[in-house]
Amino acid sequence: MVNIAVLVKQVPDTNSKIQISGDRVDLSSVKMDISPYDEFAVENALQHKESGGGTVTAITVGPAGADKVLKGVKALGVDNIVRLDFDGYMDSNGLQSVLAQEISSGGYDVVYCGKSAADTGAGSTGPGIAERLGWGSVSNITDISFDGGLTVTSPTEGGNAIISVNLPAVVSCDKGSTKVRKSNVKGIMMAKKAQVDVKPVTAPASSVTVVSQVMPPAKPAGKKFEGGQSAQTVAQLLRDEANII
Amino acid sequence: MSDTIVIAELSKGKVSPTTNELVTAANELGSNPTVIVPCSDSSAANDASNISGVTKVIAAKSDVFANYDAAAWAEAIDSVAPAGIVITSASAQSKDLAARIAARRSISVVQDVIAINGTTLSTPIYSGKAIQNVAISGDAVISVRANVFTPSDNSGSTDVQVIDTTGNVSTAVKELVQRASQRLDVSEANIIISGGRGMGTPANFSHLEEIADKLGAAVGASRAAVDTWDEIPHSMQVGQTGKTVNPNLYIAVGISGAIQHLAGMRSSKYIVAINKDADAPIFQHADYGIVATWEEALPVLSSSLSSLLA
Repeated sequence: MVNIAVLVKQVPDTNSKIQISGDRVDLSSVKMDISPYDEFAVENALQHKESGGGTVTAITVGPAGADKVLKGVKALGVDNIVRLDFDGYMDSNGLQSVLAQEISSGGYDVVYCGKSAADTGAGSTGPGIAERLGWGSVSNITDISFDGGLTVTSPTEGGNAIISVNLPAVVSCDKGSTKVRKSNVKGIMMAKKAQVDVKPVTAPASSVTVVSQVMPPAKPAGKKFEGGQSAQTVAQLLRDEANII
Repeated sequence: MSDTIVIAELSKGKVSPTTNELVTAANELGSNPTVIVPCSDSSAANDASNISGVTKVIAAKSDVFANYDAAAWAEAIDSVAPAGIVITSASAQSKDLAARIAARRSISVVQDVIAINGTTLSTPIYSGKAIQNVAISGDAVISVRANVFTPSDNSGSTDVQVIDTTGNVSTAVKELVQRASQRLDVSEANIIISGGRGMGTPANFSHLEEIADKLGAAVGASRAAVDTWDEIPHSMQVGQTGKTVNPNLYIAVGISGAIQHLAGMRSSKYIVAINKDADAPIFQHADYGIVATWEEALPVLSSSLSSLLA
């Protein structure tokens, strides 16, 4: 029986437009959703459970609004849902230490997470937690199998590495060949009634302070040409103006 | 002012030119760094000895560097790296390593830095839809995007100190599978040519491959193309749910420029767009736009490149 944890995060829908108000991103009218790579982490966690029995606990850090993401994965078949209650900014050191503490006290054997969250794009949480726990980790995996231990495929320079992973370990997941399941009506009804296990956390002092959030500098207008023949002009510009080719 | 430590970026076991950019980033933080070259053969570090603006080069020598294992690499590097601000590249592997080293030292990590101003660092958030400026106090680990900082030149001369080190390997590589084609992955390439659903059929990507081979480029794809055609694997997908890239040159063919896709490639140094729809959003981000079908434009581009590169 494997005790499996999966980390999920609520982020703005990746199709949403990001706007700035003052010197901060304004998310008040943005639709929030589970971070896309976390869906592959959830799928791999559920498959791990189905391969030999166990329980899957989804953990998030966030305010009450993040319960929606937890209920969403509960509807897919996750057993337990836990929210570490926190609203605001935590630097990676703070976030990883609260998560590592929760993983450690929960007695988990393996932790799945997305390769990076769609908001920060950092990808620090998985390997950072593994280091704090003294566990091994594999990142950006594109394939996984559970026959005779955990085997994953992870990209390496010029190709892929097929890696056998000893537990306990943290596995960060890319999409690869993973096909995620959809929730059914029964699952959604069950999830509605499910209790989120809410735990208070105190973030350690932060050594990183957000100064401002701004729009990326606008690019000066480019040159636009009509017709396929202009590809010749563009090729020449790439040499003479851009000095690339 | 903190001391800085650059972890050399490696490509095929050699110090890659990205390392020179990391040295510039260290210089902008106000100091000449110690450069650490993870290697199993210490001669690999000789390539770092001529980078200008460097205080010291350490060849961190260990068998663990033969294959990537995050835990072992972090341990082996941490034990030879002095305290300070540690700088790595923002390749997938180096970001993973950066997170490990930071956690090992109980300090914070700031990934994908694209600008340094004193101790204020800029990083893209929401895949580049916005920029976040953060101030760091004390030691930290930062990863720096390629093609952002001007590389430090190679007119320096620094002695290489060899230090033996080791770490505990926690994963076992059973097999390395080389890609069938010699073509680079989009995450490794300095030039990328990508196709969208406008290519009509996946077989038409062969026209992109032809140009890619001339330029030594990688072939990428939009999410729409990857979702529509099984022949186009997710590993080619550029965008918010694929790979974020910032090559010197990005050529978008038959890609309208959905916000998802723009997020993954808008920081490319030069962008060329080929699209038959003059109003496609991709043109707002293109340095050079060609309003034409790919059938009209690609043969001309291909032959022009051939004569320029001849």
